[in-house]
Amino acid sequence: MATIVVDGVEFEVDEGQNLLHACLSQGLELPYFCWHPSLGSVGACRQCAVIQYADADDTRGRLTMACMTPAKDGTRISIQTETAKQFRASVIEWLMENHPHDCPVCEEGGECHLQDMTVMTGHIQRRYRGRKRTFENQYLGPFLNHEMNRCITCYRCVRFYNDYAGGTDLQAFGSRDRMYFGRTTDGVLENEFSGNLIEVCPTGVFTDKPFSESYTRKWDLSSAPSICAGCAVGCNTFVSERYGRLKRVHNRYHGELNGYFLCDRGRFGAGFVNSTDRIEHVGERVEDDLFDVLDGEVGIAKLAEMIRQGDVVGIGSPRASLETNVALKTLVGEAQFCTGMSSAEESLVDLIIQTQRATSADIPSLSDVESADAVLILGEDVLNTAPRVALALRQTVRNRALNLAGEAGIPQWQDAGVSSHAQGRLNPLFIASVLPSGIDDIAADLAHDVPLNLADCGFAIAACIGEASGSEPGFVRKAAAALRSAQNPLIVSGTSTRTRAIVEAAGAVVAALESAGKVPRLLLVAPEANSFGSGLIGGGLDMNAALQRVASGSTKTLIVAENDIFRRAERERVEQALCTVENLVVLDSLDTPTASLASLVFPAATFAESTGTFVNYETRAQRFYCVFEPRNAIAPSWRWLAQAATDAGRDDLGWRHVDDVLEAVAASPNMAGVRAVAPDAGYLGSSLCKTPRETPRFSGRTAMNANVNIHEPKTSVDEETPLSFSMEGLNRDQPSALLPFVWAPGWNSNQSVFKFQQEIGGAAAGGDPGVRLLASGSIGTMPARSASVRSDGGGVDTGFRLIPVQAIFGSDELSSRSPPVVERSSAAFMIFSPMDAERLGAAQGMGVSCSVLGATFAVTVDAAMKSGYVGVSVGFTGAEGELPDGLIALAVDPNYRPTPNPHDRVIARG
Amino acid sequence: MSEVSQLIEALSVEEVDAIEAEITHLPDRESAAIEAMRIVQEKRGWISDESLRAIARLLGMPTEALDSIATFYNLIFRKPVGRHVLMLCDSVSCYVMGCDKVRTAVCDQLGVEMGETTPDGRFTLLPIVCLGACDRAPVMIIDEELITHLSADSIPDILSGFD
Repeated sequence: MATIVVDGVEFEVDEGQNLLHACLSQGLELPYFCWHPSLGSVGACRQCAVIQYADADDTRGRLTMACMTPAKDGTRISIQTETAKQFRASVIEWLMENHPHDCPVCEEGGECHLQDMTVMTGHIQRRYRGRKRTFENQYLGPFLNHEMNRCITCYRCVRFYNDYAGGTDLQAFGSRDRMYFGRTTDGVLENEFSGNLIEVCPTGVFTDKPFSESYTRKWDLSSAPSICAGCAVGCNTFVSERYGRLKRVHNRYHGELNGYFLCDRGRFGAGFVNSTDRIEHVGERVEDDLFDVLDGEVGIAKLAEMIRQGDVVGIGSPRASLETNVALKTLVGEAQFCTGMSSAEESLVDLIIQTQRATSADIPSLSDVESADAVLILGEDVLNTAPRVALALRQTVRNRALNLAGEAGIPQWQDAGVSSHAQGRLNPLFIASVLPSGIDDIAADLAHDVPLNLADCGFAIAACIGEASGSEPGFVRKAAAALRSAQNPLIVSGTSTRTRAIVEAAGAVVAALESAGKVPRLLLVAPEANSFGSGLIGGGLDMNAALQRVASGSTKTLIVAENDIFRRAERERVEQALCTVENLVVLDSLDTPTASLASLVFPAATFAESTGTFVNYETRAQRFYCVFEPRNAIAPSWRWLAQAATDAGRDDLGWRHVDDVLEAVAASPNMAGVRAVAPDAGYLGSSLCKTPRETPRFSGRTAMNANVNIHEPKTSVDEETPLSFSMEGLNRDQPSALLPFVWAPGWNSNQSVFKFQQEIGGAAAGGDPGVRLLASGSIGTMPARSASVRSDGGGVDTGFRLIPVQAIFGSDELSSRSPPVVERSSAAFMIFSPMDAERLGAAQGMGVSCSVLGATFAVTVDAAMKSGYVGVSVGFTGAEGELPDGLIALAVDPNYRPTPNPHDRVIARG
Repeated sequence: MSEVSQLIEALSVEEVDAIEAEITHLPDRESAAIEAMRIVQEKRGWISDESLRAIARLLGMPTEALDSIATFYNLIFRKPVGRHVLMLCDSVSCYVMGCDKVRTAVCDQLGVEMGETTPDGRFTLLPIVCLGACDRAPVMIIDEELITHLSADSIPDILSGFD
């Protein structure tokens, strides 16, 4: 700790920090633009100027940039002295010279860091009367608007996009007062984390395009803390609503997980909530594709009758909450319950849980990932399956620069100094994958092969760690050496290739490192938001067994909760089961192929309209709170099930509130921790102390429904959660899990987040949300290497062997029904080796048809693909479900016409 | 078409050879960015989008990163220029010594404004900050010839020397 004196007052601050960080930590108001806790200091904007004094006798001092000055013991500065204030006011005046002052029509208005800082510096009168420089804006794709005239040249965008996120297509152009931040030509910003520019830009240059199409000011949004449903990372989000429509998703700071940043799937993938494909009423099928709308009570009575008749099988879902899954499992009984994962996926998730339990290696949080100093990725395409992990791995590799800077005495926050001292030296990252990935640019070495060979590669690395033999190929030897000599080695793998041996090999590498006296960490990725929750709950039937049981005719009723079974097993198997069963009951939010076969459909609430719990890859249980009340008959799935069960005379599902269900969840094995995940509806005990979802400046409450009813409707009482559907309540000092938005006096933008942290960039106030359900430490035995069935690749004559390939935009079921993600994703594709493509007569831009999958795929040729194998975009049309095991015949489709790429459309310059 | 022949379509063999020769003196290929653009501009007068992409490929760097460098330097031209580039100093010493009058004379004489090229492609007029000849202000540079002690009257004579 160091003692610094600011305007005559002593403060105890962290000595390793700069003065700006130190002052903000102490609650002092000091304006800034270019500094960011995750990006460090560059001293570009000159906004955080203070006067620094040599000693107590120095009355004159000198001007210095707080962000570029270390907070050394004995430092004396003044923020308030007139010279410093005048300097800061003139900085903002020249930054604002070309700013268009278009706040009333700017999406940033009301939550703009530039507005806040302008007010803070006291520059309230415009003197400049000259012409302003103007720019042409660019089309940047479906996610972002571009309005360059608003730019104040802080360089945060390129520092985030290029340095932090590894992007290459956004740059700073020009010089002097004609700096331009954009692309060389109009086009989609390619980086998977581009959406963070919305929050990183201190003004309105980069704004949220889908949000601006149906825009609402921050103060008119009603928000709740939520958890991203896009993958198994479980990033914390703020989800906002008005007029019953989901408006946007913003980052909710979590010190151990997502920090300040989300991926674009998470930020733009929630649009399915507003989809016209939503199921909004209870429906009973009268004939093919035609449903009669039923009253909710009638639907419940019909379901109750089915439950009374017995012979019910239940299929849950890894995209549904723990609450819904436990409700269905309780209703049908463990022996009749299937988690809803495909058989292959479930066995992999079980294997992962068994492996994580058996090893004493910790599951790393993302901040743990960033602290690793050597990484092996085995067979998992994290950028496409758990994108936020890939962004963390970029920092892992870059953090070598921080270590080197530490040795050289350069402060960690000195961004330019740290990176130029490192001269591009990185922590070693080894990637063994089927195909080149989007983070290959930071890898020390790469190996591309088919999944089973990647597993062999993993086992070879494990063996090499144990013995110092030198006959292995370069990749294996180098990776083993790097992991063995690291302080914090990290192994990353997962389910994306559906290969058991790969997960087993990852476990073997970890075991080898432990035997060598290391303390490794093991991160294993599963595909969906609640895959780990489903795995921990478990069920008596796996998917194939459940479908077989249903198809055998012994089941009267099949209840499917929030699941499209066609994505979980091969088509014939599913069709056979769904067409055999007498009553198919589907509860879901969106119309799916499964729902359209149902005899009875119930409208399920999405994550935005219900409260529930997801379990992420760390086995961290996290709560998402209902953001707004669903329209029409939509209700949480667990509620439909509980009501029907109670109607049928069951007394064990008499749950009225989500907290009642949570009690039942907590009674399940492994689930005791879920009670403590987040505050329940009884938090603080009084309805007056509920946390308001609406901001203190919420407007139009009396009139926003005046087109329907001129009387102000009564505010709904939220009995489910500690949040209220109003402006009233107590919005202070609550744990971060209950924070609906960030806003502090003078800090209207999301930059106010530091007011909600224990220390800047540290844990969230009240602790980082969530509870890990699996304790670390070894329980059980490490799964042994199973005998994998070797199968060779095929060829043009015999057919090809298919390998699943994941895509950030398109492979995930729910986000791929969000309009901006649809626009950003490609058509279903297959990846061939150059030799196979040539033999098949196929080339880039052509299409191949596959009769087994019943679809045509766009051809991509990749030299890394092994001959005889073909990569298939899973989750896309034709490849929604499990891929067939055998050799699959493919043929060039002469009628294939590539779907016109929306990115190539004529661009309207705005 | 091979990668090399694609490149040579946009860059000449001589240009590629000259750039490769520069790279041998440098720690990595990207470091040759400025020199590579100078080499290409020397023959062609400016850096077209096509040249930019070709150079970026040759150096193994994103086009955006190269364009960022290209647009930063005022002597790398991203638009076509005339046969002669006339750069008139407008910094303090030349301002004090009357560069405004010189500028008016040049613009009047050629019938174009600063930043423009004459319709016959003879001259491009550009401002420049300091040519290091403040003691002889006001000054300008045409192509590589420094011309000092300018006055409005001397302009027609000077310009007539360049066709």
